[in-house]
Amino acid sequence: MADVHIISIDGVLVVTLPAVSDDRMAERLVEQVGERLVELAARAVLIDVTNARIIDSFMGRVLAGLAGAIRLLGAEPVMVGMRPEVAITMVELGMDLGGVATALSIEHGLAGLRARAGRRM
Amino acid sequence: MTEHAPLTVRIDDEASLSAVRRAVDEAGRSLGFGLVDQTKLMTAASELARNIVLYARDGRVTIDHAHAAGRRGLRLTFEDGGPGIPNLERAMQDGYSTGQGMGLGLPGAKRLAHEFSIDSEPGVGTRVVYVLWRR
Repeated sequence: MADVHIISIDGVLVVTLPAVSDDRMAERLVEQVGERLVELAARAVLIDVTNARIIDSFMGRVLAGLAGAIRLLGAEPVMVGMRPEVAITMVELGMDLGGVATALSIEHGLAGLRARAGRRM
Repeated sequence: MTEHAPLTVRIDDEASLSAVRRAVDEAGRSLGFGLVDQTKLMTAASELARNIVLYARDGRVTIDHAHAAGRRGLRLTFEDGGPGIPNLERAMQDGYSTGQGMGLGLPGAKRLAHEFSIDSEPGVGTRVVYVLWRR
């Protein structure tokens, strides 16, 4: 079964979604990310949707909920790697991820986090 | 079986959503849709199939080719024998939901279509026809 992969890079969690998300994966997503976030005291979470061929309104709601939970745990959520065709479809569908920050790729996401951390110092 | 034989997929639980997405994916590819249209097609199919799982619990989608004035496209017909939609006008409004969705299912799927029609009768069921033409 497709599952989510979570790795840690310099205190940042990178959560990679599978190509096709089923509802069970979605239900376990917040739980798994929350556990790892607390365990590693991560300061940010990159939600990598590179593999996601579609994001329907159910998945959009799951992702917005995940971002909200990450914020409540004191970390910064950043959505990265969205495919252009997925972005276009989400806009036409009328979906809104509740103002979560986005970046083109994991690399851009990490660079953005570093730049923001630098400014705070 | 010919290339144009309609294909019907039953929709009665969350697992059937993957079956619908797979079948629509294959049908769209065989018609040669571009990447953006293919994504719209699969996303709309996912929304409409989920509506059936959420509200009617049992239904089906029939996938077949559409032809008109030299155009070719894909037609998805979603049918269920569920409770029906008492207020269609309201159900087509963004953000209106009686269930656990975002309220984007029907109006969202319509925006991803070239042609979209819906018939519903309370106590009888709902029928949604979605067409996307190949550009």
